[in-house]
Amino acid sequence: MPADVEVPPVVEMTGITIRFPGVLALDGVDFALRPGEVHSLMGENGAGKSTLIKALTGVYPIDAGEITVAGRRSVFATTADAQRAGISTVYQEVNLCPNLSVGENIMLGHEPRSAGGIDWKATHSEAAAHLESLGLQLDTRSQLSTHSIAIQQLVAISRAIVLDAKVLVLDEPTSSLDRGEVERLFAVIRDLRGKGVAILFVSHFLDQVFEISDRITVLRNGRLVGEYAASELTRAQLVSKMIGRELDELAALSSVADRDIDRARTPVLRATGIGRRGTLEPVDIDAYEGEVVGIAGLLGSGRTELVRLLYGADRADAGEIQVNGKPARIHTPRHAIDHRIAFSSEDRRAEGIIPDLTVAENIVLGVQAKRGAVRRVRKGEADAIVAELIQALGVRPADPTMLAGNLSGGNQQKVLLARWLATAPELLVLDEPTRGIDVGAKADIQRKVAELSAKGLSVIFISSELEEVLRLAQRVVVMRDRRKIGDLDSSEIDLDGLIEVIAHNGSETAA
Amino acid sequence: MRRVIRHRLFWPIVALLVLIAINTIARPQFIGITVRNGQLYGALIDILRNSAPLMLVALGMTIVIATRGIDLSVGAVMAVSGAVALTIIDASSDPTGVGTVAVAVLAALGVSLALGMWNGLLVSVVGIQPIIATLVLMLAGRGVALLITDGFITTVNSPPYSFIATGYLIGLPVAFLISLTAIIVIALFERRTALGVLTEAVGINPEASRLAGVRARGIVFTAYAVTGLLAGIAGIIYSANIRAADANATGLFIELYAILAVVLGGTSLMGGKFTIAGTVVGVLTIQTLESTILFLGVPSAQSPVFFAIVVIVVVIVQSPRLHAWARSAFRARARGAASDSSIDKAKVAS
Repeated sequence: MPADVEVPPVVEMTGITIRFPGVLALDGVDFALRPGEVHSLMGENGAGKSTLIKALTGVYPIDAGEITVAGRRSVFATTADAQRAGISTVYQEVNLCPNLSVGENIMLGHEPRSAGGIDWKATHSEAAAHLESLGLQLDTRSQLSTHSIAIQQLVAISRAIVLDAKVLVLDEPTSSLDRGEVERLFAVIRDLRGKGVAILFVSHFLDQVFEISDRITVLRNGRLVGEYAASELTRAQLVSKMIGRELDELAALSSVADRDIDRARTPVLRATGIGRRGTLEPVDIDAYEGEVVGIAGLLGSGRTELVRLLYGADRADAGEIQVNGKPARIHTPRHAIDHRIAFSSEDRRAEGIIPDLTVAENIVLGVQAKRGAVRRVRKGEADAIVAELIQALGVRPADPTMLAGNLSGGNQQKVLLARWLATAPELLVLDEPTRGIDVGAKADIQRKVAELSAKGLSVIFISSELEEVLRLAQRVVVMRDRRKIGDLDSSEIDLDGLIEVIAHNGSETAA
Repeated sequence: MRRVIRHRLFWPIVALLVLIAINTIARPQFIGITVRNGQLYGALIDILRNSAPLMLVALGMTIVIATRGIDLSVGAVMAVSGAVALTIIDASSDPTGVGTVAVAVLAALGVSLALGMWNGLLVSVVGIQPIIATLVLMLAGRGVALLITDGFITTVNSPPYSFIATGYLIGLPVAFLISLTAIIVIALFERRTALGVLTEAVGINPEASRLAGVRARGIVFTAYAVTGLLAGIAGIIYSANIRAADANATGLFIELYAILAVVLGGTSLMGGKFTIAGTVVGVLTIQTLESTILFLGVPSAQSPVFFAIVVIVVVIVQSPRLHAWARSAFRARARGAASDSSIDKAKVAS
C-alpha cells in the first residue's frame, strides 16, 4: 500500500483556524496529504470538512495556521491560485460550463494554438486522448449538459489532469452516481493514485470510503479527531469517532418494520396505473394510515419520478389517484397539498430550502402557502410553530433568525421536515431525506419518521440506503428501469434478499 | 453605532444626506421651507412633489425585481395612461367637470391595470422571460398611445385634472400625497399580509416555492399587474403636470431610473429580498440629484455626464466589497502590524 511508505506530504496544513460570524468553523486543524494516496476526510455535517477543503483551495481565507504545498508556504487568495499550485477540485455539483462542448471544457485555457488561433481539431483530439486515459470514449464535440452527472464528473477529472494537478480534491463525487459509475470513478482514482497524484476524497458512503481510502482523517465540530490508516479502522470505530457517541441509536430504531398495519381500512392514498410517458411505466401503490412505505431502487429506477407524479410536481398522463377513498385530481403541488399530502424533494438545495430566508420563514412557508398570501400567519402563532418544531426535530443551531442557507445539510433537511409537519399532513412523501447528511441527523430523522407513523401519519420513504428502508418501512416497493418490480412485506425480506430483487430479475412474479 | 453602519439602509441614506448637504452649502435657501396660505413651498417640497411619478413606478419595479423579473414597459404604460385620460377629457363636452376627470382617471387606470396584467400573463402563464415580455409593451405601448391621440400631442385645460399634479391638500402637494399613499399601501400590502415574504421566496427559489405550495404564478402576475396600475397613476400625474399627453416624451427612460432607484435602495437585481424603504430613499436620491443639477446650474449639455458621475460614485460608495476593503485596511493600520491576513472578513461581506 502506497501510504505505508513515508513520503513527504505534498500538502501540509497546520493549525488551520477559520472563524465565521458566531461560529468557529475550524479550530487549529492539522491535515497532511501525501502523493500517491487516497485520503478520506470524514465527519458529520458541520464538522468542518467543506471548510477545510475551501481553505485548501483558496475559497476561504484562513484566520490562523499555515498551508504548505510541495514544501512552499502558500496563501491562496483565489481558487485560481490554488489551481496554479496544482490543486484541482471536483465538486458534487460539477463546476464546468454545461453549454460548452466536452472538449472545450476539458481544454479550456489550454487549447493548442496554430497560426489562425485555436486549433480546434487538435483541441478535440487532445481532449479525446485525455478521456481515453480514463477509459472513456466520448464525442468531445457534444455539449457537456447532454451527459449524465457521472460522465460530467469524469470530464471534470480530465480537466484536472490537463491542469497537471498534483492534488485532486473530490468532494462527494459519488452521491449521484449508481454502482457501475462509482466503479468506473474508482478505477480512475486508483489509476491517478498510481501516477502519484494525492487524492482528497469526501463521501458519506462508508463502504466507498473503506473501499478506496489509504488513510482517513476524522473531524468533529471543527476539531481534528485524528488521522488513521484505513486498514486499521473498523466501520464502527470510524462512525463512533465521527459522532462521538454510540451507534446504538440507529440500531435501536429497527423495531418499527414489523409493526402491524390495518390494511382492511381505506388507504390514505391509492394510486392505480399512475405513469407518464417516457418517465414511468404505470405503477400501483397504496399507503395506509400509520404505514411507512419504503421505495427501494437505484438512482434512475423511477422512484423519484413516481413520487413526483403522486405529488403533482410532474403531471401524470395515466392512472388514477384516490385519497381516503375519494378520487383526487392531483396535477400540481397545490392539489396535493389541498389533499394533505406533503413532499420533500431529494434535491434539498434546488427544490427545498429558500436560502436567503430565515429558518423561521422557511418553516412557516408551507403553512403560509397553504393559507394564501392574504391571511398572514400571525407572529405569535408562527413563533410557537417554529419554536416547537426546532425543538422537536433538534435543529442546530436552534436560532430561528439564522438564514437557512447557512445551516448544514442535515439541519436544512430538518427545517424542510418542520415545514411540512407544520402543515399537519396525512401523507408525508420523503425523497432521500437522509442523503448527504451526518449520522446524527440521520438517526434524528429516522426516529422522527418512526414516531410520526406510530401516531398515524402515512409516510412514503425513499432512500438509497436499504438498511434504512428495511428499518423503517413495513412494506417495500421495489423499482427498476422505471417500473415497479416488487411490493414486499419487509418482515419477509432481509437486506441480501432486497439487493437480490433490485439487482436481478428474480422478482418479476412478485409484482 | 456598529449596528447603524451595518444597517442596509445606512449607505443609501448617507448618499441622500450628502447630496442635500452639498445643495445646502451651495445655496443655503435649499433647505428652507416657507409657508404661504397654509401651503408648504421650497426646494425639498418640490423634490417630494416632482418625485411622485418615479416613486410610483419604482415601487412597482421593486416588487417585480423581487420576483426575479423586470418591467421595461412602465414608461410606455405611463404614456398610454396619459393619452387615455386626456383623450376622454378632450372629447368631453365638459372638460373642466370633476365627473369628466373622474371618468378619465378611472378609464386610464383600468387600461394601465390591463396592460400590467398583460405583462403578468406573458411572464407568469406563458413563461416568457420578463425582459422580453415587457419589451414588447415598451415598444408597442407608445404606438398605442399615438393611436389613441391620433398622432397629436393632446393638450387640455382642465383645472380639476391639473389639480392632481399641481394642487395642494392639507398644506402638501397632491402629487406627493398620492405617492405617499402608494408607499404606505404597498408597504402594508407587502408586509402586513404574507405577500412580501412569498414574493421573496419565489424570487429566491422559484422551484422550491412551487413545491412548497406557493402560488408562484399568482404572485408574479400580481407584481406586474400592480406595477401597471402604479405606472398608470404616474402617467396621470405626469400628464396633469404638463396638461398634455405626449406619447413620445411621457415617462421616457423612466424604467431605467426606476431600476436605478431600486438598486440604489439596496434591492438586488437577482431577486429575492427587497426593501420598500430603500427604494423610497433611492428615488429621493435621484430626484435630489436632478434638482442639484438645476440648482448648481450645470449646463444642460453636461448634466447627463454629471448625473452619471454622481451615480457611479454613489454606487461605489455603497459597494459591500469596498466596505470590506476599507474595514480591513482600517484595521490593519490600527494594529500597525502587517502579520495579519488583510482580507479576513471579505468572505463575510461578500
